[in-house]
Amino acid sequence: MSATPVLALRGVSKRFGAVQALTDVELEVHAGEVVALVGDNGAGKSTLVKTIAGVHPIDEGAIEWEGKAVSINRPHDAQALGIATVYQDLALCDNIDVVGNLFLGRELKKRGILDEVEMERRSRELLQTLSIRIPSVRIPIASLSGGQRQTVAIARSMLGEPKLVILDEPTAALGVEQTAQVLDLVERLRERGHAVILISHNMADVKAVADKVAVLRLGKNNGVFEVKTTSQEEIISAITGATDNAVTRRAARTNGEVSK
Amino acid sequence: MSTDKTSAAATDEHEVVNPEAASAAVTAVDPRLLVQEQGLAGYVGEFRRKIKAGELGSLPVILGLVAICIIFQSLNSAFLSAQNINDITVTMVGTGMISVGIVFVLLLGEIDLSVGSVSGASSAIAAVLAVNQGWPEWAAVIFAIACGAAIGAAHGFFFAVLGAPAFAVTLAGLLFWLGFMLQTLGENGTINLDSDGLIGKLTTYFFSDVAAAYGLATVVTALFFISSFLGNRRREAAGIPFRPLSDTILRTALLGIVSFAAAIMYNQYKGLPLATVIFLVFLVGTDFLLRRTSYGRKVFALGGSVEASRRAGINVTAVRISVFAISGGFAAIGGLFLASKIASANQSAGTGDLLMNAIAAAVIGGTSLFGGRGRTWNALLGVLVIVSIQYGLQLESIAEPVKYMITAGVLLTTVVIDSITRKTQKTAGRA
Repeated sequence: MSATPVLALRGVSKRFGAVQALTDVELEVHAGEVVALVGDNGAGKSTLVKTIAGVHPIDEGAIEWEGKAVSINRPHDAQALGIATVYQDLALCDNIDVVGNLFLGRELKKRGILDEVEMERRSRELLQTLSIRIPSVRIPIASLSGGQRQTVAIARSMLGEPKLVILDEPTAALGVEQTAQVLDLVERLRERGHAVILISHNMADVKAVADKVAVLRLGKNNGVFEVKTTSQEEIISAITGATDNAVTRRAARTNGEVSK
Repeated sequence: MSTDKTSAAATDEHEVVNPEAASAAVTAVDPRLLVQEQGLAGYVGEFRRKIKAGELGSLPVILGLVAICIIFQSLNSAFLSAQNINDITVTMVGTGMISVGIVFVLLLGEIDLSVGSVSGASSAIAAVLAVNQGWPEWAAVIFAIACGAAIGAAHGFFFAVLGAPAFAVTLAGLLFWLGFMLQTLGENGTINLDSDGLIGKLTTYFFSDVAAAYGLATVVTALFFISSFLGNRRREAAGIPFRPLSDTILRTALLGIVSFAAAIMYNQYKGLPLATVIFLVFLVGTDFLLRRTSYGRKVFALGGSVEASRRAGINVTAVRISVFAISGGFAAIGGLFLASKIASANQSAGTGDLLMNAIAAAVIGGTSLFGGRGRTWNALLGVLVIVSIQYGLQLESIAEPVKYMITAGVLLTTVVIDSITRKTQKTAGRA
């Protein structure tokens, strides 16, 4: 793992009108590392991801890319840096085949004509390196299962050779087998040296593939844990704030009085 | 690739020396993988699979055409005469051109109800410029087509930029351009075109030299063979699946039979019609545009998912406006062919059942009403069905009302077939 993180957020804050969505958030992602971003609904996960992807520019703080301060104001800026985002709704065209979807918006052309042969060759190559198995690269997306669609969407993000891949709830709607396929794919992204930010609600997935877990609570950092040395309960209590609520505060107070 | 794995899995099953490898091989072959066998058995299997999965494609409409030919031929032997077929293929061009534009709009999942009126308005513009204003006919033709495209672009603007439903915008267009046409034609209501002029010749010129039809058939067949042969060579060189040579030869032979049969038939009566040649050129051109260029890919993408297209960086507004411009342009071209057929621009141009026939042709040919599925060749097949029925009924001297009802029945049947196949596709996981 390299010493300089691929992406580092330093004291990032974001406000929407009266709502303080993010407050002084810190996050570091290294190459070849999977960082799970967890938190309850409304904790600011999506907002944080959107600031990185350039959908919402940050209000305060700094974003560092490979050690240098950068400003990400548009989705295009993020793409130019090498950040690829796979959103929850996969944004694939059902009626177009796998090759067409992989290259949608960046078709390879030869004298102005689509170079289908080269696109198909590269698609097969890409799917093979990621060990993605689909019946054929020439069938419409509509014929694929949910997990296969997810893997195609992730493969699509890999075409631009990004350094950082952000996956927004990639396993949310998938079955057991399909989830395993996607998690395998996440592991292969890590093996190939990509940095991965994985948003998930599923603790089992997080424990299975993530190296680190960054917990957000009410728009603030609530701890970064090494997955190997942390129990699931600790992470969950950080998400729910179980270590800091009315009951624990009262328990701490009464304990203190007793010890006096 | 997949056959290798199948055989590997099979041998492992027999040996079971290494259970780990066996299980790995088994998981490597997903039973849902599509395996196409080689040879004739492969085609039959593939065909069966497609029928079961509801991927009928153009099959129903081709079967329908065959049925139409058999029925009308048995009623009247003049139906399949060279003269009748020649008439059908010339008459269909006007509606067929409009239908090509409709295919583009249907691919977006939208509808253009204005094409009938726009075709009438464009032919009126061309007639006024060429006859009353004394413009050269070629200039009048180009200007009229440009007007059609501009009108379509205007409809597209209201739809794509201002967000009005295409249905309502083009319904307004239907009325407006009908009024515009009546206004343009003035008090007389009819402008007669020079039947020896450019517009007149569109449907009356025939390449009477027998070499023309045979030459075209030869060129088409040869070009098809060369392009598929070279395409397959490239695929083979790139190491991706390609069609075996036998497949290419089979397809070329089929195309050759159809084109030479058409050539022999045309040469028995007047020769190769100019209108049909122009129609074929436009069909090949639009098919190329839709399937081989990134513009066409964008049109299909928009028909699949607008949001996905937007995120892929496609300029949704520009593509939408351009598609309506194409629809308007083809409406104008169709209008000129229709005007050529009657050698005049008159008040009834673009009215009546023209709009319905143009839309019905696209749908009967196999273009989906729900967007994202279809080809411009569908317009040819659909319009052949509609015009064949019209001519067949005319030969039987069956009156107009019955003609309407029969055409309606055909359209309804097609839509029902479309819906049923969509259902089958859903259950087969291919909707």
